[in-house]
Amino acid sequence: NMTSKYFKNQWNSEIFELKAELNNEKKEKRKEAVKKVIAAMTVGKDVSSLFPDVVNCMQTDNLELKKLVYLYLMNYAKSQPDMAIMAVNSFVKDCEDPNPLIRALAVRTMGCIRVDKITEYLCEPLRKCLKDEDPYVRKTAAVCVAKLHDINAQMVEDQGFLDSLRDLIADSNPMVVANAVAALSEISESHPNSNLLDLNPQNINKLLTALNECTEWGQIFILDCLSNYNPKDEREAQSICERVTPRLSHANSAVVLSAVKVLMKFLELLPKDTDYYNTLLKKLSPPLVTLLSGEPEVQYVALRNINLIVQKRPEILKQEIKVFFVKYNDPIYVKLEKLDIMIRLASHANIAQVLAELKEYATEVDVDFVRKAVRAIGRCAIKVEQSAERCVSTLLDLIQTKVNYVVQEAIVVIRDIFRKYPNKYESIIATLCENLDSLDEPDARAAMIWIVGEYAERIDNADELLESFLEGFHDESTQVQLTLLTAIVKLFLKKPSETQELVQQVLSLATQDSDNPDLRDRGYIYWRLLSTDPVTAKEVVLSEKPLISEETDLIEPTLLDELICHIGSLASVYHKPPNAFVEGSHGIHRKHLPIQHGSIDTGESPVSAGPAASIDQPQVIPSQGDLLGDLLNLDLGPPVNVPQGSSMQIGAVDLLGGGLDSLVRRMYREHSFLWFVKVWLPAVKAKGLEISGTFSRRQGHMYMDMSFINKALQHMTDFAIQFNKNSFGVIPTTPLAMHTPLMPSQSIDISLPLNTIGPVMKMDPLNNLQVAVKNNIDVFYFSTLIPLSVFFVEDGKMERQVFLATWKDIPNENELQYQIKECHLNADTVSGKLQNNNIYTIAKRNVEGQDMLYQSLKLTNGIWILAELRIQPGNPNYTVNARSKEIDRLQNAFDIVQNIFKDILHP
Amino acid sequence: MIGGLFIYNHKGEVLISRVYRDDIGRNAVDAFRVNVIHARQQVRSPVTNFARTSFFHVKRSNIWLAAVTKQNVNAAMVFEFLYKMCDVMTAYFSKISEENIKNNFVLIYELLDEILDFGYPQNSETGALKTFITQQGIKSQTKEEQSQITSQVTGQIGWRREGIKYRRNELFLDVLESVNLLMSPQGQVLSAHVSGRVVMKSYLSGMPECKFGMNDKIVIDKQGKGGTTDDSGKSGKQSIAIDDCTFHQCVRLSKFDSERSISFIPPDGEYELMRYRTTKDIILPFRVIPLVREVGRTKLEVKVVIKSNFKPSLLAQKIEVRIPTPLNTSGVQVICMKGKAKYKASENAIVWKIKRMAGMKESQISAEIELLPTNDKKKWARPPISMNFEVPFAPSGLKVRYLKVFEPKLNYSDHDVIKWVRYIGRSGIYETRC
Repeated sequence: NMTSKYFKNQWNSEIFELKAELNNEKKEKRKEAVKKVIAAMTVGKDVSSLFPDVVNCMQTDNLELKKLVYLYLMNYAKSQPDMAIMAVNSFVKDCEDPNPLIRALAVRTMGCIRVDKITEYLCEPLRKCLKDEDPYVRKTAAVCVAKLHDINAQMVEDQGFLDSLRDLIADSNPMVVANAVAALSEISESHPNSNLLDLNPQNINKLLTALNECTEWGQIFILDCLSNYNPKDEREAQSICERVTPRLSHANSAVVLSAVKVLMKFLELLPKDTDYYNTLLKKLSPPLVTLLSGEPEVQYVALRNINLIVQKRPEILKQEIKVFFVKYNDPIYVKLEKLDIMIRLASHANIAQVLAELKEYATEVDVDFVRKAVRAIGRCAIKVEQSAERCVSTLLDLIQTKVNYVVQEAIVVIRDIFRKYPNKYESIIATLCENLDSLDEPDARAAMIWIVGEYAERIDNADELLESFLEGFHDESTQVQLTLLTAIVKLFLKKPSETQELVQQVLSLATQDSDNPDLRDRGYIYWRLLSTDPVTAKEVVLSEKPLISEETDLIEPTLLDELICHIGSLASVYHKPPNAFVEGSHGIHRKHLPIQHGSIDTGESPVSAGPAASIDQPQVIPSQGDLLGDLLNLDLGPPVNVPQGSSMQIGAVDLLGGGLDSLVRRMYREHSFLWFVKVWLPAVKAKGLEISGTFSRRQGHMYMDMSFINKALQHMTDFAIQFNKNSFGVIPTTPLAMHTPLMPSQSIDISLPLNTIGPVMKMDPLNNLQVAVKNNIDVFYFSTLIPLSVFFVEDGKMERQVFLATWKDIPNENELQYQIKECHLNADTVSGKLQNNNIYTIAKRNVEGQDMLYQSLKLTNGIWILAELRIQPGNPNYTVNARSKEIDRLQNAFDIVQNIFKDILHP
Repeated sequence: MIGGLFIYNHKGEVLISRVYRDDIGRNAVDAFRVNVIHARQQVRSPVTNFARTSFFHVKRSNIWLAAVTKQNVNAAMVFEFLYKMCDVMTAYFSKISEENIKNNFVLIYELLDEILDFGYPQNSETGALKTFITQQGIKSQTKEEQSQITSQVTGQIGWRREGIKYRRNELFLDVLESVNLLMSPQGQVLSAHVSGRVVMKSYLSGMPECKFGMNDKIVIDKQGKGGTTDDSGKSGKQSIAIDDCTFHQCVRLSKFDSERSISFIPPDGEYELMRYRTTKDIILPFRVIPLVREVGRTKLEVKVVIKSNFKPSLLAQKIEVRIPTPLNTSGVQVICMKGKAKYKASENAIVWKIKRMAGMKESQISAEIELLPTNDKKKWARPPISMNFEVPFAPSGLKVRYLKVFEPKLNYSDHDVIKWVRYIGRSGIYETRC
């Protein structure tokens, strides 16, 4: 490549020129050359090859040049450790220089050269510098200890530098104290339990004295350190607070926030409702407000922290909502944060103003902001009951704007309003329904579907509306699918007569055509509920929902307490504990609010001292995806109180007469895995006779469980049944025991015992069974698949040794491997579940943290299948390796076995 | 602590790169450029996190300053430091621009070495820095001078050096206020506050001990018990309620906390003594009365009246009223009684400028705005009408009562110091919704 070569050559010649200039006789020329080198270094060019030439320039009495050379050294020493040693002498010499600025410069730079050989030479000069007569050198040496610790912690301890550092806390110069505190705090973070800082009342006193005298940065170091101290009693806590409070008037916002942190922590220790306590709370408010007149970036940090403070102690800022009103020119990140806090502070007293503001915001340009404003209006409605009506009418106004994202957001919040105030605002449903077509976001679609389902009895065309969503069922998000399923079941329970087809459709879409286990589960549960006990179904599905709480997005209390301990820091900006974003040892140990030792108080724990953490801990609204899930969360607390209205007395027969009835009849629970009843012979194909059923295995015997229904107008008699030859030789043990005629619209359940002694013929698929049923009208044929698990015999537990031998015996090509996805059971549960289905655990081993289960099963025809199941901790996907000698006889049986495993483990 | 500090131009080319911590590599320089400066969507937070590295940034004209860290640093401190860094650079070479940064890169590296050590901010007062970071070399310093420098940099009074001498002892106090208002179209004050600053220029010899007094309600009430109650009746407001104030680090905060007295040894030259905020009894210098009427779908009629609300003898200056116009404006006709008004299509606003206006007057502008028909369903957001102005008084009502100077070692007294006080009130965000 010609061009890159050209540039490379050009760069080489540049380096060559620099080399010459660096060795120029004239000092000025050399200085200029070093400047060029630094400039090249800044933009990322590699100038490491000039190392010896640059280091040669180090011996100079020109401080500016020296600093440039040092800068170069810090960058490249690590890549040229052998040559870096050339610089050591110069450093050691500089540490003895009469000029304190040069001594400090040397010790400051040496600490930044991360080369082991050099660090050894650093120890003696550092020791001297820590005791230097000049405070400027001492304060630099203090930080150097932290640098050295970062390179070689052991050496720092061995050399006793930690003690020297502790001595500096008593230094007469406040800046030395501050830097020593900073260094010790950093070092102690990697030794969480060492009590390196040795914070005792004497030391604290020294820190508080230095606090008044040192630079703004030093004040921050000291305050941050103080916040880790646990005062021994409330008196000490109060006296520290008194001396920290003046910092709230500092011009530097970081000083203010760090002071706030100390005060917020120590407030936990003060007895409540004393004058001092209340005054202190009052004093916290103005400085927090003042932070909002700073530059936008600091405002952002302040707002993130205020968000925490408002959750912990809402009383501090409850009068100040106006300062959180958004200004037109605020940067977007400030606007969004202000909005969050406005909602937290909204109350009956200020709701009118807040609403007026939110309405303004909802017409702004930024989409995220507008959405959040709309959401906020909904939150206001939920939080302040008196305002609900105005909020709803505001939302309706916004829906009229037809701005797509506004409409969608509004519908989502209206859903929540409906949940909070049932049966109050349903008059607006018609307006909502007008916007059905414009909803393209899952949240909004789900919300709308929920509303239609919930109020199905008041919406004339609820069935049409829901049906329209059903068309593209499989393209919808899971959230919408789940909601739609529930909504249609609700609709069915409310208007059973007209909606049977719809409910059948949705149940079959959910259970048969979907790969989503959640959806299938919910579908099956509804199915089961509707078919066994419609009254219970009503109680469950149409139960009163738990009220949604007023506060949302609250930070979980223990995390909140931890974050309060990190006020001002990145953790408080991210609202995450430090270990969520910091690597390595730093910040791993978690901080806690101090615990009151006080005996005066009633022994309440300090955590519950804050109102936010009182017993009435508001429940957090689950995210929208979960909201509807609540319905099925049957163990949600106290039993739901269902009004026993007259509508509840519809009997099972009435309700289930017709379509649904034919779809579902009954479930067989027994011990074994449930096979859902299927319609084998629909009435239309059999002149009014309908047969549905399933197979099961009970106490070592196989049964065919069937329901015969007469849907014709005449009675039926003379029933008989016969099987075609099949793979397992299944035949009925007894003739069909139906001795009485089956009257019109009557049904009868029959359990037909089976055995496997009949003639064998290989079927495709293997478990296919062809059945003929005769009655007085005609002969009818149908075919069905026998679930393979019915053929798993009770004595399928292979001996350990035999298993081992057999496993080894079976060639690899007879093995099938597959995965069972999203299974959250432990090995023992898995083992138990399988055993219920006659799949036996031969052995269990733990190999490198993963559980290995060895399974065997035997089919009625004597074929063994062996399997190895691997469960890795934290991985919900299990791996199964199945083997069988008679693989050729089994053909697609493995597929079936695979499904059995899956189905058993996904009840 | 801060792991690295980078300065970029608007293209994302790095101008300054200083790494303080081993955990920050060269790739961090690129990460910020790629994810923030060149980000496809504008970054929506001044703090960002990529690959477990946090980036703090501020922008000054075209220049990006970014601080980088992998630790749980004090975020407020990092931003305060970046601001301070900007102040220091401005003090050394005035404007922060690409050219100035390139021309001064050696100086900037020297400063960065001094004011950040292992990522910990050190003394960054320009007064102190300028004594030893001079770009002149310092070989000629005497031993005494050297120790004076180090004791100043690390000392209790890090912001002032000893041995300052002036033939004429003089000080200037500027009370600079910005008055902020958000008013509803009906004239209801939605929020109003004054954020004020007291800026001092001191040219005083030695180490003068100063005491500053103003009509702070808490102080006056305390003294008022003495008997000067008859004062309060005369000229209305005698004292003002200050919501909160913050001080330059020279002010003894513990003394303010206990006695509410403001005492300090000032830095030499110009600095900001205090900031304060008031919300009660604010004098709103102007009232804006908007009237917007939509005539059909293609025309808007706007009428705006402004009224000045202060003593007739005072003059407001640099008055500017900015009336936003919809994006689909095709033409504007304006008539105003006073000053000049112009439609600025690029800014989507009518800008009405008046040079001077006395108190208790009123003026008016009317405009007809022609609109292009659009299919856009979304309504025009109607941004608020904003105003700019400058008035020669403090809208908060703050008055300087005294600034006493004591220098026990030198022979000048408070009476010998020439003092100047000036009040300027400016509009902050002064908006009326329409």
